[in-house]
Amino acid sequence: MSEPTATQDLIQGTPEPSAAAVPNSSGKPRSLWYDTWDILKRRKIFWISFVMLIVFLVMAAFPTLFTHKDPEWATLARSMEGPSEDAWFGFDLQGRDVFARTIYGARTSIIVGVLATLGTVVLGGIAGVIAAYQGKWLDSLLSRVGEMFLGVPYVLGAVIILGSVAPVQSNPGKTMIMTVVIIVLAVLGWPVLMRIARSSIIQAKHQDYVQAARALGAGPFRIIFKHLLPNSLAPILVYSTITIGSYIGAEATLSLLGIGLRTPVISWGIAIADHTRYIRTGAHAMFFPAAFLSLCVLTFVMLGEAVRDALDPKLR
Amino acid sequence: MATPSEVVLEVRDLVKHFPLTQGILYKRQIGAIKAVDGISFDLHRGETLGIVGESGCGKSTLAKLLMALERPTSGKVLVGGKDIAAARGSELKHMRRNIQMVMQDPYTSLNPRMTVGDIVGEPYEIHSEVVPKGDRRKRVQELLEVVGLNPDHINRYPHQFSGGQRQRIGIARGLALQPEIIICDEPVSALDVSIQAQVMNLLDGLQKEFNLAYIFIAHDLSVVRHISDRVGVMYLGKMVELGKDTEIYDRPSHPYTQALLSAVPVPDPDGREQRERIILQGDPPSPANPPSGCRFRTRCWKAQDICAEQEPLLEIRDKAGDHPSACHFAEAADVVHVN
Amino acid sequence: MIEVLPESAGSGTHGGALLEVDDLHVEFRTRAGVAKAVNGVTYSVSAGETLAVLGESGSGKSVTAQTIMGILDMPPGKITGGEIRFRGTDLLKLPEDERRKVRGEGISMIFQDALSALNPVFPVGWQIAEMFRIHRGASRADAKKKAIELMDRVRIPAAKERVSDYPHQFSGGMRQRIMIAMAIALDPEVLIADEPTTALDVTVQAQIMELLAELQRDSNMGLILITHDLGVVADVADKIAVMYGGRIVENAPVHDLYRNPAHPYTKGLLESIPRVDLKGQELYAIKGMPPNLLDMPSGCAFHPRCPYRQETCTTDVPPLHTISGTRGSACHFWREVLDGDAQ
Repeated sequence: MSEPTATQDLIQGTPEPSAAAVPNSSGKPRSLWYDTWDILKRRKIFWISFVMLIVFLVMAAFPTLFTHKDPEWATLARSMEGPSEDAWFGFDLQGRDVFARTIYGARTSIIVGVLATLGTVVLGGIAGVIAAYQGKWLDSLLSRVGEMFLGVPYVLGAVIILGSVAPVQSNPGKTMIMTVVIIVLAVLGWPVLMRIARSSIIQAKHQDYVQAARALGAGPFRIIFKHLLPNSLAPILVYSTITIGSYIGAEATLSLLGIGLRTPVISWGIAIADHTRYIRTGAHAMFFPAAFLSLCVLTFVMLGEAVRDALDPKLR
Repeated sequence: MATPSEVVLEVRDLVKHFPLTQGILYKRQIGAIKAVDGISFDLHRGETLGIVGESGCGKSTLAKLLMALERPTSGKVLVGGKDIAAARGSELKHMRRNIQMVMQDPYTSLNPRMTVGDIVGEPYEIHSEVVPKGDRRKRVQELLEVVGLNPDHINRYPHQFSGGQRQRIGIARGLALQPEIIICDEPVSALDVSIQAQVMNLLDGLQKEFNLAYIFIAHDLSVVRHISDRVGVMYLGKMVELGKDTEIYDRPSHPYTQALLSAVPVPDPDGREQRERIILQGDPPSPANPPSGCRFRTRCWKAQDICAEQEPLLEIRDKAGDHPSACHFAEAADVVHVN
Repeated sequence: MIEVLPESAGSGTHGGALLEVDDLHVEFRTRAGVAKAVNGVTYSVSAGETLAVLGESGSGKSVTAQTIMGILDMPPGKITGGEIRFRGTDLLKLPEDERRKVRGEGISMIFQDALSALNPVFPVGWQIAEMFRIHRGASRADAKKKAIELMDRVRIPAAKERVSDYPHQFSGGMRQRIMIAMAIALDPEVLIADEPTTALDVTVQAQIMELLAELQRDSNMGLILITHDLGVVADVADKIAVMYGGRIVENAPVHDLYRNPAHPYTKGLLESIPRVDLKGQELYAIKGMPPNLLDMPSGCAFHPRCPYRQETCTTDVPPLHTISGTRGSACHFWREVLDGDAQ
């Protein structure tokens, strides 16, 4: 649990705690990232989520490794047929193989989750850095704008934007639908990341080493990229990992409401949405995609938590 | 070693008021914290000026003003004749080569994600004209050696060093640009007793080697006495007494200096029963709302009506010896040595 | 007052001493290994006496105090040997509920950081009064009255008006007074002060030390002052235990120790501090760094930094040699140290 430094620190409460507790003559140079890895690799939860992540990523990249069936191939005669030796997860309403569709759905869900998170990080990160570094009125302005976005209920915001950009009647292509959903998630999600980035950069900004760099004559770019960002990445990284999971869930929610992804895209969310009405007669068509969705969300959340624990200096 | 040499730093009527504001988008000023309120002094080449005072007296703000990390409300900080407080852009950057600092906390003053080589070499990255790129690594190793660290440890990270060693890294960074002036803000107060002496001896040695001028800010009067040629005593943003170390320590004339000195525990139990303490009552008032006239009058045993009405200036007074003291009733007295 | 304790249940050898720590060993189990924080510490304090425990960070001085109070975090801490006798009874063998009674009524403690030791969401008066409600079953009104009395006793101005104020509304010195009020609320016989003035300004430090001395005179408490400050120790201590690397390296009456230290570490410390009454030239500096508790040097823990070091110091742990009745030094060459000739 705790490393000697922290323990001694608490016990002594006097200056220079780690001088006595931490050997300074120990071998090779170790960065803080190395230390993080050192803690991470001892964690069971990290390895479980890591293995699951690999499985999901391989599934998304090479679905044919898992199934040879065509997810689009429909045999109406087998509609809602239960699991069997031939089709492990059974068939859906239109007689398509649920297993194949679940495997293929991973790609869409993960792409949407990762890209929407990326968008959130870029938007929120830039806004956060500007707000924190510049401060004053720009900080106030960005913070208030962020709060306005946060004030809009997520689903309501998505309904409004999606409804006006890609109405249900229109018939956009696969990429178009995905792009729109990704943008909506990022646009509604950036303020949280901005807050995290802003607060951790403000914290870093007041550190003595930033003052020291300023005293040396360092310009804003050096201070931001050499001093502030490397020291405030940890919380952003942790939040992003967890966000990927929650965006995958959010994508499914939007699909369920009929405003997110929709056919011809294959995704877990759509599969769930299409079969909610048949939960009594053929739960399998909904159960398997839902289970995969939950597992995938869980994977990212667990990974995020493991990374957070490892990065938390208080636990060192 | 101090007196008649050239002045490298002149501080004139330096004032810093931090506004107290209210409001969400538009901030309205409702008052000000008078952190530094009219301070003047000179610093000569190769000398050490100690600045003592308790928390909240403005000594750390003073350090930031001298380093141009904060802009003063008014007043001048002349480094080599030019006002660093008014300088901007490349002129300011160039002036910074001449005035550097060593910070208090060796745990927060070094970027944990940079190696020692990157930290000590950063001044050369910023001021790329000082040392050509190919020679930088060698220069950094030389600096590490100068401050008593193993030059082979250039690739290590700060957390692999003890507090005392980290402070040496901070000192090496301060020396890199070969400044004439180094502002030391509580450089040993975070260190263990047995390590303090090492760092103070290092600072002493470096001063002689490179003819550095130090502003040595500390709350520990013993440490300041040890290292300083002259000492200034601060109280609530004002300099209340300024003089040579012997003048301040052996013949203090301001009541606050006397109280401060008499409160310092002497590491010698002999005669402790006879030692008289001036125990001040209460805490210092808030710098947002300092008392009128003399700021020390609320805790002073000599206070009279005039102290509330008229602010005593820092000037040489009859009974106070030949160094300036900001007290209407200044009178030199030896409070440290009883016998 | 300590009627809960069976009188002299232990050996009865406590002859005058209220609190005796006897050969205490404490370890910390950490990821990086076992840190031996306390290695056979023995000291005692009598009524009205002030014992100063002097040491740097990592010396084990605070761990010993926490073990006495029974507030050591276990795990990672573990008591691996020794006794802590209060009026002859070994506290380490007492069940927790009896131990709790000793805490506060028998022995109490004040800490360095008063702000974090006080609960920020309750008024200070309420926190002081709680001592009486819990330990004495006093009524609300009674407890509050007693709290005001105590705040008066530790010289908090306008105690009556300030009793409902919250910790953050007080200055550092005043908060330390409030913590002292809580610590003396139940008239403890032994007060442990762990770096009580380290976070305070020097003029406030003088106020607090004066207050502690006065309280001790009034109630004849035994005081254990844990500090790294040689100045504070010289001012108030009757006797001193110097700790280094989890051991006591020297113990002595205060005048003897300052006049003629018998351990090279003590000697080095005394020579390395700048003094306000003397303008020194170069300070003597103890070379090297305090030992790493996870990887203690063999033999004497101080030998890598010691000017008196001989072959035997690297192999044999020096026992605490008795120099005279009340003095001891854990140095093989204490005679040479006393005579002052380093090899």
